[in-house]
Amino acid sequence: MEKLKTAGFQPIDTLIKPDTNNPWSLKDKLLLGLSPQEYMRQLLRNPFNWILAVIYAIGIPILVGRFIFGLGWATHSSYDYPWGLFLGWGLFVMVPLSASGFMLGTTVELFGRKDFKPIERLGLLNGLLGYFFAVVFLQVDLGQPWRLVYPMFVSLGPAAVLFLVAWHVATYLSVQVAELVPAASELMGWVKPKKFIKSIVLGLTVSGIILSTLHQGALGALFTYAPGKVHPLWYSAAFQWFHFFCSSIFGGLSMLIAVSTLSKWFLKWRCDNNFLKNLDTITLGIAKGCSLALITYLVIKFVALAHDNEWGYLLTGWGQLYIFEITAGVIFPLFLFTMAIRTNRAGLARLAAFIAVFGIALNRLNTALITFNWNLYQEIPHWREFAIAVMVYATYIVVYRAVLYRLPILYTWQGDSK
Amino acid sequence: MKKLNRRNFIKGSLAGGLAAAATCNAKDAKAAGGDFGGYPDSMGVLVDLTKCVGCRTCEAACNKEQGLPEPDKPFDDFSVFDERREGGLPRRTTEKAYTVVNRYEVEGRAHPLFRKVQCNHCNEPACLTSCFVNAYTKTPEGAVIYNPKVCVGCRTCMIACPFYVPAYSYSSAINPVVKKCIMCYDTRLKFGRPPACVEACPQGVMTFGKRKDMIALAHEKINAKPGKYVGHVYGETEVGGTSWMYLSDVPFAEIGFDTHLGKEPIISHVKDFLAIVPMVLCIWPALFTGFHLLATRKQTNKENSTKA
Repeated sequence: MEKLKTAGFQPIDTLIKPDTNNPWSLKDKLLLGLSPQEYMRQLLRNPFNWILAVIYAIGIPILVGRFIFGLGWATHSSYDYPWGLFLGWGLFVMVPLSASGFMLGTTVELFGRKDFKPIERLGLLNGLLGYFFAVVFLQVDLGQPWRLVYPMFVSLGPAAVLFLVAWHVATYLSVQVAELVPAASELMGWVKPKKFIKSIVLGLTVSGIILSTLHQGALGALFTYAPGKVHPLWYSAAFQWFHFFCSSIFGGLSMLIAVSTLSKWFLKWRCDNNFLKNLDTITLGIAKGCSLALITYLVIKFVALAHDNEWGYLLTGWGQLYIFEITAGVIFPLFLFTMAIRTNRAGLARLAAFIAVFGIALNRLNTALITFNWNLYQEIPHWREFAIAVMVYATYIVVYRAVLYRLPILYTWQGDSK
Repeated sequence: MKKLNRRNFIKGSLAGGLAAAATCNAKDAKAAGGDFGGYPDSMGVLVDLTKCVGCRTCEAACNKEQGLPEPDKPFDDFSVFDERREGGLPRRTTEKAYTVVNRYEVEGRAHPLFRKVQCNHCNEPACLTSCFVNAYTKTPEGAVIYNPKVCVGCRTCMIACPFYVPAYSYSSAINPVVKKCIMCYDTRLKFGRPPACVEACPQGVMTFGKRKDMIALAHEKINAKPGKYVGHVYGETEVGGTSWMYLSDVPFAEIGFDTHLGKEPIISHVKDFLAIVPMVLCIWPALFTGFHLLATRKQTNKENSTKA
């Protein structure tokens, strides 16, 4: 793409073809203004696509096999570990990393911080896709995925935490779709939908905050159903929901920094000056948010230890894992974020963000898989489970990239659509 | 039924299915949950572990009554007692066996002790309270039954069950469901008859009757021969009380029972979260809209003054 751009190629960012007076056709928009041959050529030139091809070559047959032969074929079909990688990674890790949507919506629309505008849509998209693929992961994991709507319309169990998660994720997905309608409207040249969303954006944002507070917390609260199974260091009846909610704040923000960094590195041709010029300042601004959430999280983690008087566990082997998680995944990024802010170095904040993302992933996997059933035995998921999880995650990346290529997320639309 | 059935109450009040209303109601239901304590006339089974000889007749009876597939090893094969699954653990309930008997070699005891495992049919079952499609029902007779027609297969019940009882038919691609003991509800308990395993036992290990009578009987037995049993009826208070209860002559912790479960039903641990749900739903809208007004007031003022 960079090569094409130096050769004079200009990706579409207007409704009307320059030089002529004709509007771009839908085909043009989908192919970024390239001819089909040129488009294919750039696809094949990209080494990342070859890696994807390998992942799909292995992953698709196994995914098909999972639906033909059942979960028993794709997983260890464990009765003791009913939740494996699909939920451990796909739901519990992906959802907190997608909290950026409501965080940026709140910052820009609710608090009126227009200086974060250039990255707002990336935050919203990161949220929408993360949630959408969490549902995809859930569909792979459910025994009978075709019954997904049962908790909504067929048989309601409203007293269950998962009921809340189901409803909130569904509602929140539609909120996030609505929040991204303006971006799609610009590309398609629609005027009314964008106007309509603009008129209700505050309502959308506030519902986003409510739904996020509750379902991020609810994911944590799911583990309070298993007080004896989750290791005491990762379990706290009183604070579990707050641990999950608070960590999702820096999780989502750090993921946003990570994704914006990747965009800057690999999708530079699609970013406009408004995005690139402001990115360092914005990154440091988000870093401030991250460090506040991190310190709050760290304190409440220790409050939970004190509340249940679990200090003794710190001296055990599990305690070492806990100390590693807190040191490497919370204290270290907190330190780096603070340094970055004080010395005004966006690069350092980016490093911190990647580490914080790792820290969140480690925490969720520790809670859901690694320390789960600490009294029984540890289970390593089946290799087919890994293959499917990698493939679904690769699809997430492919869709993510395809949207960034086209919709005005990283660039500002130069059109008439107001 | 004299007791108000919470779940039906909520179901009725939920016709609209509005998420907000639903979560608010959920909280109210849970607040009442902790003091439920079970149906007054629910039935129970008292298992005297000291009497069990490990003949596995109960396993065979269960298999036949529930129409389960033929086991890998016949029921008169006692080598199953030496089987160890992952983690060096003895057998557990599976999709093919709703009850299993395990052998425990206890130091200082002349003979090994055998322990039967099946669903304990809690008064306030964790599986039931964690299920988001309401697939589980605690019947007034005491059984915890399951409706496979609505189960989505999220397996949260398996996460929640403190006794590791529910199994799942992972092998089925089309219709995988949870598999667990239902206390022979459909075929026996509903008609006032004891479960198949109880009736089949040649040693009279299990006594079937009203739960409150079983508790009285258990304490009578403990008091009648001081020193014979440990002074605790497992299941009387564990996780809010269970319909199946156990007497043993060795400490329960030594024969695979989890003695750290506490007296509170599992749902009590979830209440801290459930309590914040209505709070967030009701306070957040006004709070954050207020923040918005405060945060943008300078700009609004400016706009107003330029207009004027």
